[in-house]
Amino acid sequence: MARIIEFHSVSKRYRGGFDALSDVSFVMEQGEMVFLTGRSGAGKSTLLKLVACLERPSKGQIIINGKNLGALRTRNVARFRQQLGIIFQNFKLLYDRTVYDNVALPLIIRGLPASQIGRRVRAALDTVGLLDKERQYPVTLSGGEQQRVGIARAIVTKPPLLLADEPTGNLDPALSQEIMQLFERFNRVGVSLLIASHDLHLIRHMDHRMVTLDHGRVIDAGA
Amino acid sequence: MAADEDAPKPVGAAPGRRRRRAPERGGLSTYAERHAQALVYALGRLSKRPLTTALIMAVIGIALSLPAGLHVLIRNVSAASYSWESAVKASLFLKDSVSASEGQALAERIAQHPGVAAARYISRRQALQEFRKLSGFGSALDLLDNNPLPAVISVRPDPGLSAARAQALVHNLAALPGVARAKMDQAWLRRLRAILAIAHRTAWILAVLLALAVVIVVGSTIRLDIENQREAIEIMKMLGATDRFIRRPFLYAGAWYGLFGSVLGWIIVAASLWALSAPVARLASLYQGGFELAGLSWRGILGLVAAGVVLGWLGSWWAVGRHLREIQPS
Repeated sequence: MARIIEFHSVSKRYRGGFDALSDVSFVMEQGEMVFLTGRSGAGKSTLLKLVACLERPSKGQIIINGKNLGALRTRNVARFRQQLGIIFQNFKLLYDRTVYDNVALPLIIRGLPASQIGRRVRAALDTVGLLDKERQYPVTLSGGEQQRVGIARAIVTKPPLLLADEPTGNLDPALSQEIMQLFERFNRVGVSLLIASHDLHLIRHMDHRMVTLDHGRVIDAGA
Repeated sequence: MAADEDAPKPVGAAPGRRRRRAPERGGLSTYAERHAQALVYALGRLSKRPLTTALIMAVIGIALSLPAGLHVLIRNVSAASYSWESAVKASLFLKDSVSASEGQALAERIAQHPGVAAARYISRRQALQEFRKLSGFGSALDLLDNNPLPAVISVRPDPGLSAARAQALVHNLAALPGVARAKMDQAWLRRLRAILAIAHRTAWILAVLLALAVVIVVGSTIRLDIENQREAIEIMKMLGATDRFIRRPFLYAGAWYGLFGSVLGWIIVAASLWALSAPVARLASLYQGGFELAGLSWRGILGLVAAGVVLGWLGSWWAVGRHLREIQPS
């Protein structure tokens, strides 16, 4: 099976000398759902940022979906990111726009004709169960609903790879469970997911590979 | 579950890859649609902050109305000066050999000449008397043994004559026997022209400086706008927005500012002209002229609005170029 993420001896040293990642190598196959765990500060967020090309590695090689990020020019980064769906802990919604407009944003960014946007936005909202809230503003929604808007925004472009950074960090256990079930549903139709989470209690019950980071090193690459 | 049909598809089914090569996906209509979206979106954002928008508009309007108003003023004075040109007088200095009666006859003959409105003979003695009265050098003249002044025929060309025709007429009259020299009394007109040239240059300097001011005002407004939108810009960059996509609404906002500001500038000029029209009409009536204040021509209005849009665009281009690159998602 083809690989969607490859890290070869990747290190990331931030300005000031802090080593966020040291000599990290790991591989994720297409269609896999992988949890990235470890204490806060272990390097989970840095690893996700490197995948999304939000940061560049100090050393090593990263290949995403067959694309060597080292050879990716700055002006092509935006187009590379369009292949990903990213989900954030604090949702990162645009609060001056409606739910519909938030979910439509990635499609507008990609330049889809208006005729296609409405159908795809509603399909994505339907998937996360928020079809009836499309005209509302994010502030009027609960935390769980806001995260589902964030997820709808990430999947509306049907990306092959979804990245999620502590997606349940701000949610209670019941809602967290719901979100994880949603992710498993995506995985079942073939989407690859890399989910950073320190909520071991939640993810231990799920039958997926866990990659554990500690002080910037992979201490357990999972089964 | 039906919804799963629209859930994300695995890599093989991802439609993105093949089409990703084109810099702007979709046809021309999609491209136009995207620009139209940004245009309307930018306008919507301006309307959400009516006070700021109104203030920027006022600053741009006033800044553009100054050079535009000055331009209109200069054009009007120039037009007026052309209509005065043919009303100038010419002096024909006669040879000393011409007697008073011959001079008188010549003046009468010249008065019949086509293109001449009036001709008056001024004898050497009359000239001396006028000179004594007007110059204040009377006592100095007493020192001279004889009268140094020539006899003069003062000619007023037809007011309807163009400047060139009047010049030609005077040239012909100068060739008449008995006429030593002809001179058109144009000094004041030349001075006026010189003053107008200075005013014209001043208007240009003012225009350049105020255009710069408009660019700076729009630029700093857009800079604040970018600062206020920093988080949204970061999010959009994380979602894969290109710099071009993010830049577009800001550029259009600058253009909108320029458009509204320049329209206001035009209104200011028009209102000022309207306020001036009554006193100008009174002044014109004193000169027996049917002079009317001309406003901005259609070309002038178009130029003003185009200048506003371009300056607004430039201002936001400057701000966007400087500040958008600094914002990177982290």
